[in-house]
Amino acid sequence: MEIQATNSPFNQEQSDWLNRLLPTLSDYQRIWLSGYLSAAQSAALVSAGSALTIAEAPQAVGQAQAQALAPVAKDVTILFGSQTGNSDKLAKKMAKRLEGEGFEVTTASMNNFKANNLKKISHLLIVVSTHGEGEPPDNAISFHEFIHSKRAPQLEGMHYSILALGDTSYEFFCQTGKDFDKRLEELGATRIADRADCDVDFEETASEWMSQVSGALAKLVQAQSGAAAQAAGGASIQAAPAALESEYSRSNPFQAEVLENLNLNGRGSDRETRHVEISLEGSDLTYEPGDSIGIVPENDSRLVDELIAYMGWQQNDNVIVNKNGEQHTLRNALISYYEITVLTKPLLKQFAETTSNAELTELVGEGQEQKLKSYLSGRDLIDLVKDYSLKGMSAQTFVSLLRKIPARLYSISSSLKANPEEVHITVRSVRYEANGRERNGVCSVQLAERVAAGDKLPIFIQNNPNFKLPESTDTPIIMIGPGTGVAPFRAFLGEREEAGAEGKSWLFYGDQHFATDFLYQVEWQRWLKDGVLTRMDVAFSRDTAEKVYVQHRMLEKGEELYKWLQEGAHVYVCGDEKRMAHDVHAALLEIIGRHGGLSAEQAAEYVAQMQQQKRYQRDVY
Amino acid sequence: MSKKEFYPPHDAPHSDVEHIKIRSNYLRGSLEETLKDPITGSIPEDDNRLMKHHGSYMQDDRDLRNERAKQKLEPAYQFMLRVRAAGGVVTPEQWLMMDTVAHKYANGTIRLTTRQSFQLHGVLKWNLKNTIREVNDSLLSTLAACGDVNRNVMCNPNPFQSDIHGEVYEWASKISTHLDPQTRAYHEIWLDGEKVVDSSLQDGVEQEPIYGKVYLPRKFKIGIAVPPSNDVDVFSQDLGYIAIIENGKLKGFNISVGGGMGMSHGDPKTYPQVSKVIGFCTPEQVIDVAEKTVTIQRDYGDRAVRKHARFKYTIDDRGLDWFVNELHDRLGWKLEEARPFEFDSNGDRYGWVKGSNNKWHLTLFIQNGRVMDDGDSRLMTGLREIAKIHTGDFRLTANQNLVIANVSTANKKKIIALATEYGLTDGIQYSALRRNSMACVSLPTCGLAMAESERYLPTLMDKLDPMLEELGLRDQEIVIRMTGCPNGCARPMLAELSFIGKAPGKYNMYLGGSFTGHRLNKLYKENIGEAEILESLQPIFAKYAQERKANEHFGDFVIRAGYVPEVLDGQQFHA
Repeated sequence: MEIQATNSPFNQEQSDWLNRLLPTLSDYQRIWLSGYLSAAQSAALVSAGSALTIAEAPQAVGQAQAQALAPVAKDVTILFGSQTGNSDKLAKKMAKRLEGEGFEVTTASMNNFKANNLKKISHLLIVVSTHGEGEPPDNAISFHEFIHSKRAPQLEGMHYSILALGDTSYEFFCQTGKDFDKRLEELGATRIADRADCDVDFEETASEWMSQVSGALAKLVQAQSGAAAQAAGGASIQAAPAALESEYSRSNPFQAEVLENLNLNGRGSDRETRHVEISLEGSDLTYEPGDSIGIVPENDSRLVDELIAYMGWQQNDNVIVNKNGEQHTLRNALISYYEITVLTKPLLKQFAETTSNAELTELVGEGQEQKLKSYLSGRDLIDLVKDYSLKGMSAQTFVSLLRKIPARLYSISSSLKANPEEVHITVRSVRYEANGRERNGVCSVQLAERVAAGDKLPIFIQNNPNFKLPESTDTPIIMIGPGTGVAPFRAFLGEREEAGAEGKSWLFYGDQHFATDFLYQVEWQRWLKDGVLTRMDVAFSRDTAEKVYVQHRMLEKGEELYKWLQEGAHVYVCGDEKRMAHDVHAALLEIIGRHGGLSAEQAAEYVAQMQQQKRYQRDVY
Repeated sequence: MSKKEFYPPHDAPHSDVEHIKIRSNYLRGSLEETLKDPITGSIPEDDNRLMKHHGSYMQDDRDLRNERAKQKLEPAYQFMLRVRAAGGVVTPEQWLMMDTVAHKYANGTIRLTTRQSFQLHGVLKWNLKNTIREVNDSLLSTLAACGDVNRNVMCNPNPFQSDIHGEVYEWASKISTHLDPQTRAYHEIWLDGEKVVDSSLQDGVEQEPIYGKVYLPRKFKIGIAVPPSNDVDVFSQDLGYIAIIENGKLKGFNISVGGGMGMSHGDPKTYPQVSKVIGFCTPEQVIDVAEKTVTIQRDYGDRAVRKHARFKYTIDDRGLDWFVNELHDRLGWKLEEARPFEFDSNGDRYGWVKGSNNKWHLTLFIQNGRVMDDGDSRLMTGLREIAKIHTGDFRLTANQNLVIANVSTANKKKIIALATEYGLTDGIQYSALRRNSMACVSLPTCGLAMAESERYLPTLMDKLDPMLEELGLRDQEIVIRMTGCPNGCARPMLAELSFIGKAPGKYNMYLGGSFTGHRLNKLYKENIGEAEILESLQPIFAKYAQERKANEHFGDFVIRAGYVPEVLDGQQFHA
């Protein structure tokens, strides 16, 4: 672009000079110059004013640079694979940070990235989560497949690092991140910072990784471009705090008032599903259909008291809960701060090391994986301390081994447009018996038993860009959401009703019994009557001799469903991953194969295409 | 009273229900479709109107209505299914079938009705077809058990005069069959019968020769009494037959017309009525009389206002003479003069009796007609066990009780043993008041109910029993009836003492019906709760205990004592 007085901050004379000078510069000279200019600018602002000004100013300058000078300091590509939106969010946060440090950053979800451009990338950062049994999230599947295939190019010139998200309570913790890390290395790329594996409370680990990567990138650039780049790196440290977003977030949840909390299952049902309406008043929090909320739960005080009593501790003794030395009474810390209901391999290892308990050491040792796996399931810390006689540990030592209680995410079941300043969730109470004790889901049973209208809950909004209504309200949508999987579709229809959408919609729903488990029945009935919902098919598995599920209804209506797909319908699946989502996926392939006259490979290609076009989105757990 | 002026004239626009029937293509409507709609357990109101003619209608569990509304669930829709058997006679196999479907598809209980039918409650929409099919497979039917047609023809089960009963029962069955709707819709919808292409006319012949395509303006009820028992409450029927037996032979029937119970609270133009005897016919003439009476009501009944559409209003509006002339015209012959008869009660006689055919009959007391197992009470199981070995038949009485009839001497011992084992009873342990009690179903399933009935009457009884005991009235037979609304399913307007629901926990109290069922009772206290019921009744019972004449029934006494005036015609019921 030609610099002119009309499109830049420069006067005509300055513009002429620049236009004459810039085309003559080499890449190296451009980088040097850009670093020189931005470092000088930042330094001037630091001396002039507050940190807040710093936070904003470099960005403005950066934009001016991009427009006016288009000097490429260094490009960085960040690819993310995200199911619930965390990787997406972190990728964007990193992008913002690096941009602030003068990098030109391209951020894309893996399914939006053209794989044959991979070879051209010099700096690659990957932020990716892992799902289920070590599987990549939906929007990472095709890229994951590509990079592991023979078609993947050699990547000798590439520098990379991986931020992996996961949950230590799963066996294949951060597996997808590990896969990418290993494969990029195999393809000849150079790791510039070690992979970071984040547990559910990812923020601290992610933040450390970002600093390391940022530092490593700065060093790389310094090696290439000398002092100017160092100046750029220096400036970035000042600019980092600019990443802080809205007032309320995962690390600063909003204390939201509960407006309504009721059981949606009729009398006689085996199930309990809480419909919880929460006020967002005063928070300025907003969300879109498809997003989730996070709730920071509290442990059941009965479990805490049992644990304290067994260990012989004092409830009111203080313990330090974090690196900042924050203190709470033991009882409060165990209720509000730590996870006590889930056992993980790393946790047991730490207990084994700390206590030197021989049996426990053996359990976490080599060759005991199956035994360990079966021990971990359906047990909690009370079991651990009893089974391995861990009495005698000090409370402080004990809690320092625990992980922070993770927030629970729930798909939002309301439309903000239809319910201003409110958010609704639909939560099935998890109760089961294992190893001789009744076990309760921490958050779901808290909601069922210990939260009433008027109480407050610490919440935050978790955006999920991978589960969104089509841009056009005319696009047909097919929604498959048995059980509580139907939650986001209540939000979808509420939104579409408010928008006066003309597009067709089709909902597949199922549960055990028609009479008691038809969540939000009267609302679907009303939407059907009003035409907001075009079709609805239901499968109640325990009402008939043969169990029927949503995928059976899809297959029955396969011809019509395929017609909708051909009309461009978006398909949304929400709910149980292990069985439902797999069965629904298989049904979809079968329908496309049968009614489109396609082979299995072609049907798979059809679905992959849909994924690529964001016409097949899943929110499964 | 100027009631005739109040209602629209005969040619006033017809009510919605009339249009629904006309549009329905002989009771089909959109039932095939709406029964399949998987999103709701309900059917639309129009189809529900038609559904009644198929023997069922939609209800919901009213106990759960508010709770489910909060839970964003539709009401707990379910269907009441009425299975009819003329005269209430069924085989042991049919009893076992009812027991099976009650468990398989309904709420695990059977309700014996005041019209000698079975009712199943709690049948879900998805189970209706299978239930109806299984009922039909055992040669019972639900067709025309409700709706604007002739209902189940009642007939005294008469275990004493078994040969007479046999003959009368034959006529009841014939009348019933003759007045069955002829539409194929029932077979098409429930029994997968072949579809009739053009069902309005087949070879130019009307598909419903008696009813036509609009059927009757309202329900129509026929009952046959065999004196001295008026257990069927013959005077409550639209058309009643009173068997005339001379020298042990059935000579024919006196005919009475224009009875009916239903009324609406607060609308004095609606009232219960007792039928009037208009003459006598021979047994061979009963079908002709029934058909012509039905067609007169078809042609002259009020189709504009359903509250005013029962046959009793047609007769009261036009006069009994008009009806008799019209009937004679249509018959082409004249009824004979009515013959003398005498009733001694409208209740049942409990316990074992030997019939004239040398077989044994056991009449069991079934509280409010509800057959169920409940804790220690194993009534339903006991009856099932008896049905497995029984070689005679079962007879549902008009008072919601059950006769195990035609027991051979050889089987009698076994049945006694089973009855003892399962606690089946002739009610002797109860007060005579309780043994003469009836209550309608009411809450939680009946959509019309304003107050409890079946679930409450036993509780009220528990409080009345000690009072009667103290006054020495434990064995005094008094007919007591309760309903949850003034529709009158338990025929409360004929009872010596009755309660008709007004609001939750509140009843209108009526006194003065006759022990034989020939007289209406009269409102004594309005809108009272339990405390006031007990307070009001105590002094009346006390006075009755002290001042009654020999063999004077309670209903007669309250009139003599001046508590209420005598009501021999419904038009004086509100006077």
